[in-house]
Amino acid sequence: MSPSEFAQQLINALSLGSIYALLALGLSMVYGVLGMLNFAYGELVTIAGYAMLAATYAGAPFLVVALVGVLAAGIASVLMELIAFRPLRDASFVSLLFTSFAVAQLIQGAFRQAVSVRARGIPVPELFDEALQLGPVRISVLSIITAGIGAISLVALTSFMRRSRAGVAMRAASADFTTARLMGVRANRVISLAFLISGLLAGIAGVLWIARTTSVNPTTGFVPVIQAFIASVIGGLGNLRGAVLGGFFLGTLEVFLQALLPGSLLPYAQAAALLIVVAILYVRPQGLFGQRTAAI
Amino acid sequence: MTDDRADEGAATERAAPCLLDVAGLTVAYGAVVAVRDVSLSVARGEIVAALGPNGAGKSTLLRAIAGAQKPQRGTVTFDGRPLHGLTPEAVVRRGVALVPEGRHVFPNLTVQENLAIGGIARSDRDEMQADAERWLERFPILGDRSGQLAGTLSGGEQQQLAIARALMSRPRMLLLDEPSLGLAPLFVDRIFELVAELRSDGVTVLLVEQNVHRALDVADRAYVLSVGSVVASGATDTLVEGELERSYLGIGEAG
Repeated sequence: MSPSEFAQQLINALSLGSIYALLALGLSMVYGVLGMLNFAYGELVTIAGYAMLAATYAGAPFLVVALVGVLAAGIASVLMELIAFRPLRDASFVSLLFTSFAVAQLIQGAFRQAVSVRARGIPVPELFDEALQLGPVRISVLSIITAGIGAISLVALTSFMRRSRAGVAMRAASADFTTARLMGVRANRVISLAFLISGLLAGIAGVLWIARTTSVNPTTGFVPVIQAFIASVIGGLGNLRGAVLGGFFLGTLEVFLQALLPGSLLPYAQAAALLIVVAILYVRPQGLFGQRTAAI
Repeated sequence: MTDDRADEGAATERAAPCLLDVAGLTVAYGAVVAVRDVSLSVARGEIVAALGPNGAGKSTLLRAIAGAQKPQRGTVTFDGRPLHGLTPEAVVRRGVALVPEGRHVFPNLTVQENLAIGGIARSDRDEMQADAERWLERFPILGDRSGQLAGTLSGGEQQQLAIARALMSRPRMLLLDEPSLGLAPLFVDRIFELVAELRSDGVTVLLVEQNVHRALDVADRAYVLSVGSVVASGATDTLVEGELERSYLGIGEAG
């Protein structure tokens, strides 16, 4: 691999990695506060996609379309918790896991019935297909935008978690929920906030994801939720810093395996990446940064 | 079991209005009854100790008052209003704060941030900041480490932080669960000094302790619990040693 090729792939890795990092963060955020794995998380990406589709049909410019996608996922996430998970607040981990599967199926079914099983195209600005020529290095504009938005989101989230009262309360709640309540942290409010942030992260990642795939179908969220799950397990579930690092690790692994594997082995790139993840978890079952506290 | 609130030896406090009143409280974890039909009262400004061996239900009693454990039966009244059935976050807003057993500081938060969470129910941010600074001065060890993660503090430092954190909500009543457990003697002295000082701050205290002698030194009255029930109570200077010993050596331990 030549240096310029390496630079190109590095940007690709940062770009894909930041999508995975945002996805893993959203999943980890809810896990940290509530101890629940939300498998309907991928459906938030799907919802972002269909909201973008609706906004596109309404004739909105792409920036508005993207914003609608992010907000729709955020609102859907809060509603999901209110309607499906709150009544089961004290239920077991497994009950909540199954409930989230059911919610995922319900949302997929609804889109299948209401729209179509087939994918619908979402037009994106032509700019996204262009590439910048920096000396010998060709970098896709979309990759730069994706990595940039990923970085901005991470910085914004970090400063929210560190500086705001609500952010500090969330970190306290994810370390020790009962004690946080004893100190006056309102359980319902902190959980709603966790779902809101989780949904917004899924929305941002979803818009970036759909900007690459330029279409949406009822199962669009499947791959993102799996990748988010893998990335957050690599990082140590519930650990926010770990989720980010896990996301970038997974993105880098995928991009460089794609680039380095000989053509005949390319179909196995995904499998090879998963094999490496299994090997890591074999050695460190708690993940690379595993403890059950949000460390951001 | 008597639900007569007028305990022997409490004659001096009887005139003062009763701040906390627990009546017929029963708390169970599944089939295991941890607290059985317990009644007790604490007058405004009093320091009252709840003593008893491991498994006597002391911690459960405090957790039930604080709203962290739902009672099966009975009532908890604070300043004339019912507390039972409220969430923990509502109880602390009524003016009752718990320092949990085992300290439970937030290890991933700095000392400053732990104090901020203690005051999360308050809306007077400037005064809160002043309160936090006062506590950091009162506990110089914490003041030196205000930007440090609470998980890196020693047990004694964490206990001081846990107490300061609870006091950040400016409670009228503090529930202290085993504050001296596992601490070096020097810190134990410091903690009991602080408990005594709380009286002059106008904070009423219900104290659960394994360290019977230190607790009796600082408290006005004490209740002795055994296997979930109150077996003796009275002013600390009149509590017969024999009653205490019998309850500690007596019958098996529950949950």
